[in-house]
Amino acid sequence: MRDFLSERVKGIKPSGIRKFFDIVSEMKDAISLGVGEPDFETPWHIRDEGIYAFEKGKTFYTSNSGLLPLREEISKYIIRTQGVKYNPKTEILVTVGGSEAIDIGLRALLNNGDEVIIPQPSYVSYAPCSYLAGGKNVYINLKSENDFRLMPEELKNAITEKTKVLILPYPNNPTGAIMEKSDLEKIAKIIIDNDIFVISDEIYSELTFKGKHTSIVSFEGLKDRTLLINGFSKSYAMTGWRLGYCCGPEELIQQMTKIHQYAIMCAPTISQYAAVEALKNGEDDVKMMRESYNQRRRFLMNSFKKMNLECFEPYGAFYVFPCIKEFGMTSEEFATRFLQEEKVAAVPGTAFGDSGEGYLRISYAYSLEKLKISMERLEKFINKLRA
Amino acid sequence: MKEQLLSILEKNSRIGINELAVLLGKEEIEVANEIKKLEEERVICGYHTLIDWEKTSLEKVTALIEVRVTLQRGQGFDKIAQRIYNYPEVKSVYLISGGFDLMVTLEEKSLKEIAAFVSDKLSTLDNVLSTGTHFILKKYKDHGTILDKIEEDSREVVTP
Repeated sequence: MRDFLSERVKGIKPSGIRKFFDIVSEMKDAISLGVGEPDFETPWHIRDEGIYAFEKGKTFYTSNSGLLPLREEISKYIIRTQGVKYNPKTEILVTVGGSEAIDIGLRALLNNGDEVIIPQPSYVSYAPCSYLAGGKNVYINLKSENDFRLMPEELKNAITEKTKVLILPYPNNPTGAIMEKSDLEKIAKIIIDNDIFVISDEIYSELTFKGKHTSIVSFEGLKDRTLLINGFSKSYAMTGWRLGYCCGPEELIQQMTKIHQYAIMCAPTISQYAAVEALKNGEDDVKMMRESYNQRRRFLMNSFKKMNLECFEPYGAFYVFPCIKEFGMTSEEFATRFLQEEKVAAVPGTAFGDSGEGYLRISYAYSLEKLKISMERLEKFINKLRA
Repeated sequence: MKEQLLSILEKNSRIGINELAVLLGKEEIEVANEIKKLEEERVICGYHTLIDWEKTSLEKVTALIEVRVTLQRGQGFDKIAQRIYNYPEVKSVYLISGGFDLMVTLEEKSLKEIAAFVSDKLSTLDNVLSTGTHFILKKYKDHGTILDKIEEDSREVVTP
């Protein structure tokens, strides 16, 4: 029989997370700090709105772009938080999670051979989605000494005449790094000077623990050359509802809507009704969760300090990214031994790009009790290694 | 800090000063002073434990009693409330808007004792016009805590 499989798809490396997942799943009593989603359940008033939508029989497709009332709420939200206005009718598309927006955004932007700059460590889907869309990936290895921010020099050095798109993944998964207004200012200038388009993945925007999140679209001239991606998963603890959105120039949203309508039709209807409620009345929930994450973040940073483990202070998302280079092991070796010997799972930094080597992603989307036990075990483990 | 400190303490009054300081990103001395101040101002009025007595062998009956009162010259609700809350078996007294005036929570060992309290002590107060007693049959949620909830993590163990 012929090999029916696509050479292109076979060319994608399987996710490093998957491999680790298989090992962890076998260990029933392990504590996992490996989860990339909130531990909170969706706030009840949002769930209630979903239930109500079911009862009212809202079980049909919505328009391809998503419910207009939802797009209007999204528009208001961005005006509220960033002072930038997107037309809900033409510049906003509701997607199946932020992930769909990453995929179809890249597909709508790239021609074969266009270069896409991807700062790493970062979320696992940028590189394969770009590759599938014909992009040529150019990686920037972000550095710990810069708190894993994207530095202007690093960006300049990565730009060639073929550069078309920059992925801007902040607040960052897995490092927890953020880009503040002053950091973005310089980046914005380089983007305009070099006529580059930006995909700004701001899915963790509400989880910023140092001032308010600033979006690249709030800079002069950037709205016209940016696809802003956000969603409901992290801010409102709605991962399973599979709902995200993106905002961008009308021409791009039009092209993306073509792919979206053929591949997806529309995002889940019930989720869209619930999301309207989230944007209208969810601010207190977001605040409560953010405060809770922040407390855990401080707890972890304090624990690392006490055990003398190097870690830059992250101010975003719900991850810390400690350095384990002193132990002379690869991230994967460290994570595997930590799991086997102390029964705690943390994801090797390399799952998020080669530059994650020497680091560990620890998620604090867990109760303080679990984090406490895990930190006791981590201390025991590294003391053993240091002995 | 005040608001966050209180919301942590409201859920976990056993937490230590040193841990509070870490969670809030403050110095221990700052936290200790703040708590002392809140105690003095009676913002923090006590540190209690939430107990589901149903799971013990101790007999306890709780009733919510609606009380309608009549006010006399120079005597506001506060005075009447005081007459009622001074009884140790009374667990809480709230002034309520709507069809009645005071909501009284009463805890006793048996139905009979509650009936006796209502007929002998509460109804006989000069200002009390009428009472309506509701016995609590089962507590599902108390002080924001669902009593029978079992915490389980239904997430996948590792996700990107």
